[in-house]
Amino acid sequence: MNTSPTAALSINGVRKAYGAVKALNGLSFDIRQGEFFGLLGPNGAGKSTLISIIAGLIRADEGSVAVLGHDTVRDWRTARRQLGVVPQELVFDPFFNVVDMLRIQAGYYGAGKEVWPWIDEMLERLDLSAKRTAMMRSLSGGMKRRVLIAQALVHKPPVVILDEPTAGVDVDLRRTLWAFMRDLHQKGTTVVLTTHYLEEAQEMCERIAIIDKGVVRVIETTEALLNRHPFRFLTLKLVDGAELPASLRELVTSEKAGAVELKLEREKHPIASVFAALRSAGIGIADVSTRDPDLEDIFIELTGKALSSPQGAAK
Amino acid sequence: MNANQLGFYTLLKKEVMRFWAVLGQTVMAPVVTALLYLLVFAQAMSGRAEVYEGVTYTQFLLPGLVMMTVLQNAFANSSSSLAQSKIMGSLVFLLMAPLGHWEFFFAHVVAGLIRAALVATAMLVVAIPFVDLPIAQPLALIAMFLLAGGSLAVLGIIAGIVSSKFDHLAAFSNFIITPLSFLSGVFYSVHSLPAVWFKASHLNPFFYMIDGFRYGFFGRSDVSIWQSLAWTSGFFIAISAVALWMLMTGYKLRK
Ligand SMILES: Nc1ncnc2c1ncn2[C@@H]1O[C@H](COP(=O)(O)OP(=O)(O)O)[C@@H](O)[C@H]1O
Ligand SMILES: [Mg+2]
Repeated sequence: MNTSPTAALSINGVRKAYGAVKALNGLSFDIRQGEFFGLLGPNGAGKSTLISIIAGLIRADEGSVAVLGHDTVRDWRTARRQLGVVPQELVFDPFFNVVDMLRIQAGYYGAGKEVWPWIDEMLERLDLSAKRTAMMRSLSGGMKRRVLIAQALVHKPPVVILDEPTAGVDVDLRRTLWAFMRDLHQKGTTVVLTTHYLEEAQEMCERIAIIDKGVVRVIETTEALLNRHPFRFLTLKLVDGAELPASLRELVTSEKAGAVELKLEREKHPIASVFAALRSAGIGIADVSTRDPDLEDIFIELTGKALSSPQGAAK
Repeated sequence: MNANQLGFYTLLKKEVMRFWAVLGQTVMAPVVTALLYLLVFAQAMSGRAEVYEGVTYTQFLLPGLVMMTVLQNAFANSSSSLAQSKIMGSLVFLLMAPLGHWEFFFAHVVAGLIRAALVATAMLVVAIPFVDLPIAQPLALIAMFLLAGGSLAVLGIIAGIVSSKFDHLAAFSNFIITPLSFLSGVFYSVHSLPAVWFKASHLNPFFYMIDGFRYGFFGRSDVSIWQSLAWTSGFFIAISAVALWMLMTGYKLRK
């Protein structure tokens, strides 16, 4: 009956509390082999905690995780061999140079000289060749970040998790990393990415889970996520900077340089009804444009709801 | 070599590379310190009676100083490596890797022993031209070196795991390791002590480490070599059990 291939990552009922803080409150989902998966959520949502549990750095209070079918607790050795994790913190061992560090890391996984060409290739791809024998402590933050990424990949793991790899890096490096991750994915690696840049997730990830306060708010393909919200944005410039009629005021999301942006529910507020309201108020339109929601809008919509106490919902 | 063995070997190599890169601090400095002790005490005590028949004070002192330096350096190696990588955060690279508690344990113990052996050898090479030292029982000598150095490397693992600041590590070193090694009969035979201290010395595992090691050179000692071997083995096994339990359960390492 069950003919689907083993999940790259299978997360089952994972809970973790720090005292009164429920960092993870019962998470369950699968990430398929070969997927480029986005794990999104506001600060403190529990992303790094989940990643640490997958990596075996933290123990879950309840629930289990399997990497390609191998339980991370019972079958930890095999599970860890399948996994490469780039931690969020810029950690490094100050006593070693770049290439020694990478070779040592490979050795921990039982990989010897046979991966040295791969290490050299990564150094090349990540623009680190010139820093090959530089001591770790002498590297800039961006370079340390690149070494961290190479370090997670030395043993060629089929499943790779990157915890905010592009946070605080400059545009050039971000491009390099995007190309690198894409390439990795194209070669068949399962890539799990957490990021604060939603356009990055929208651009790179095939499927996205949005988590907030330790629970999954939504998990869908990026496309479905973008399409499932039946609203769009309408930007208007009115003739002579006229005021909007009261009936449209409540739809305004932002107002700048004489342009107002309205959020229109497809069912409730067809565009034609907006035009009709303006016409009957005798207001002329100088310019108009529409925009479909992007991930940013959907994220606000979802995590805004997540924050919803009764007062929060009123806003 | 299978993957697990290569993992162990790599970790061992890393631990050795770590102190090798700063040999001046990790080997030369302790050797110089210990030799200064030797010089000063040998001068100051030169008139003293022989401790054992035919053994001068300087001869008596040298093995004790070597063992004390072995103990301190075996401890320093594993404890500073672990505490450092824990505090810097780079321990995650080890914790995420498919390395088991046995590999972790032995890599740190063996690296500590290698550093201790270098320190001991360097001290002896420098001192032997000036101090005539027999080697009466080489097997006992080696056994005591391995058990005692190994024990302190294990204590270093425990201290590294328990410490969350460098202050904790310094406290461990200053309030446990140094006093116990100074009060272990390095500079005197415990037979010359008042009764209370004589009794107390026999509860100090470091006393047996020093005494047994000295037996390896002179074939004579304050207590029987078997008693020293038994105490040191018992101590090694007991703290190894603690360290392995910590590593296996992830005590203070995997929250
Ligand atoms: N070691 C810890 N001790 C106490 N609380 C923690 C610890 N690590 C994380 N938390 C808390 O758990 C929650 C989730 O944190 P984290 O997983 O780092 O979130 P994210 O990576 O999504 O920003 C936060 O409320 C955070 O404060
Ligand atoms: Mg995080």
